[in-house]
Amino acid sequence: MPPVRIDPLAQITSSRLVIVAGKGGVGKTTVSAVIARAAARRGRNVLVVELESRPTLAQLLGSPVPFGPMPVDLDSEPGETGRIRGMALTPVEALRDYLETHGLSRLGRRLATSGLIDVVATAAPGIDDLVVLGRLKALERAAGPDDLIVVDGPAAGHAITFLTSPAGLARGLPTGPIADQAHEVLAMLGDPSRCQVVLVTTPETTPVGELVDTAFALEEDVGIQLGPVIVNGVDRSGSVPDVENWNDPTADPDEVEAARQMARWWRERQRTEHEAWNRLEASLPLDRAVLPWRPVAGLGPRDIVDLSFELDTGSENSVDDSP
Amino acid sequence: MTEDSPTPLDSRGIGELAAVSRMVVCCGSGGVGKTTTAAAIGLAAARRGRRVVVVTIDPARRLAEALGMSEGLGNEPTRLDVDVTGELWALMLDASATFDAVVAEHASDPAQVQRILTNRFYRNIADSLSGTQEYMAAEKLASLHADDRFDLVVVDTPPTRRALDFLEAPSKLMRFLDHRLFRLVLAPTRGSLRLLSSAARPLVRTLGTVVGMSALDDAIAFFAAFDGMERGFHDRAAGVDRLLADSATAYVLVASPRADTVEEAIFFSEELERRDRRVAAIVVNRLHPTAGTGTHDDAEASAHRARQRHDDVSAAIWSRLALARQVEASESAAIAPLLTRAGSATAVARLSLLAEDVHELDTLGAIADRLDPAPDLPGDTIDG
Repeated sequence: MPPVRIDPLAQITSSRLVIVAGKGGVGKTTVSAVIARAAARRGRNVLVVELESRPTLAQLLGSPVPFGPMPVDLDSEPGETGRIRGMALTPVEALRDYLETHGLSRLGRRLATSGLIDVVATAAPGIDDLVVLGRLKALERAAGPDDLIVVDGPAAGHAITFLTSPAGLARGLPTGPIADQAHEVLAMLGDPSRCQVVLVTTPETTPVGELVDTAFALEEDVGIQLGPVIVNGVDRSGSVPDVENWNDPTADPDEVEAARQMARWWRERQRTEHEAWNRLEASLPLDRAVLPWRPVAGLGPRDIVDLSFELDTGSENSVDDSP
Repeated sequence: MTEDSPTPLDSRGIGELAAVSRMVVCCGSGGVGKTTTAAAIGLAAARRGRRVVVVTIDPARRLAEALGMSEGLGNEPTRLDVDVTGELWALMLDASATFDAVVAEHASDPAQVQRILTNRFYRNIADSLSGTQEYMAAEKLASLHADDRFDLVVVDTPPTRRALDFLEAPSKLMRFLDHRLFRLVLAPTRGSLRLLSSAARPLVRTLGTVVGMSALDDAIAFFAAFDGMERGFHDRAAGVDRLLADSATAYVLVASPRADTVEEAIFFSEELERRDRRVAAIVVNRLHPTAGTGTHDDAEASAHRARQRHDDVSAAIWSRLALARQVEASESAAIAPLLTRAGSATAVARLSLLAEDVHELDTLGAIADRLDPAPDLPGDTIDG
């Protein structure tokens, strides 16, 4: 079957709120930054939201300082007609905000100093996740047609508990402000025009396996729209020839041997990537978009801009051009 | 297998560690290979004749898969069928069941155990209070450490935002159980809301509005039932804390050669030092391999010559060698700050990214070879 051209960015930007999720280390934060850049080039005003108080997302978008609770404007890149803003959201701040908007500011103030959130979250588990989702829902409600909110979400395991918390709380607490909040969040999670989850994986067996499990759990337990799967770090540096009968008499024999060894390794690695890709394709009826592997040990803002064009121009729905 | 791991490494130190430590704690950010590293260290130690138990907190069954245990692992140690001079056992932490066992141990009578275990607030603590899993991992470590069946306990720490939660867990749980809100609620009347001190009443009422009165009643009932167990819990937590600080407890930092995981590892090693706990070893995982003694430019030049004579096959092969050397240089630069910081007293092992995934015992054996090469193995060279 010939590769199908898809427009992953159009799919992703069809919801106002996009939650990016994936196993630790697969490049969730990279993908969040890439989506922001690509969407800004299509004229979207993007708000990126960081949930784990890590500096990486801010760094990748060229911000010299970590994000804080108030959105800050980030520098534009050439060709971007939308602007990008960034903010950080923590359960403590989201709960304080929730209490204040519900006329409970005295409790909110105590929370700041006493670690009360542990008590609250233990009395009603999931409340910390719910208040974060509630805050995201408020941002989504305030968003206009040209706005896009991109959330660098929790790691895959936690993504399920994070997104199922409103349903659990709605069952456990039939009435009251928390129940109202839970129902409002559930309405957002079930509406594809408002919200979707973009799952990220590397082309490796274990992350793909976890992604497939997460996808089914989210579909069944939350009923949330799943966007295209982003396969990050795919070797696109061309196919590697078979070296069994290869020689280069013009070169140093030790170097020839070194080249043989490396070619064997890369071929095996590509075979593993193909297997993981095939497993993903066979297990999940979702579109896939590829972000190529970059041969550097740490990505910077420049890499994010380059990678964002991969999403922008549309990806081919196949792993690479090698056999 | 050896051709998959061509990076030179100096890993005698990890073997020594596996031979003499009583406890090995593997720490690092998510996705760096903590679980696999913990299992491989356990296997290496068992090969050296030690009776080892590996504890994983990872519910994704990766350890079970890596150990060839398709049916999974339970909360009690299972002996593995491996050909070693020592013994290799493994278990997967069930934080909730471990917490139940601790409660049973410290309660004064079966009725108190029942009151606590059936309390909804307690179930919430056991299942979902952040830090409980970390604390119970430490708790399980302490009980395995005291178990005569084992000489060495190896644990991989939870994939938390900050691996620090593991070290903080005993004191964090204590702080929670000591929370002044509950002191307020319980003292001096112990129990009913109607008898609350006037200072506590408005706060508790507001809290009830937020979480629901029934949830709060459960909480109060829990703290009433818990009454009298604080002392035992405190002593136990202090003991766990001492064990984590013991000189026979070795911390192994696991990192991948990426700027962000290296930053996390440096941060964590600083935090360990602040607590007078030394990093005994660093495992840098998932390094791209390289080969030969030539430079990136040598390989690039060979590729260039091949292109000039329209030999596309040779050009592609030489380009891959050039690419490998470029990546190796970039990754070495990324991990340099971590290695510099660690200094010469810390053992360092470099593990190559395997061309294939780790999901069986053979692959794990190959990693154990890399961490702790047998004297008669060529060890760090590749022999294609």
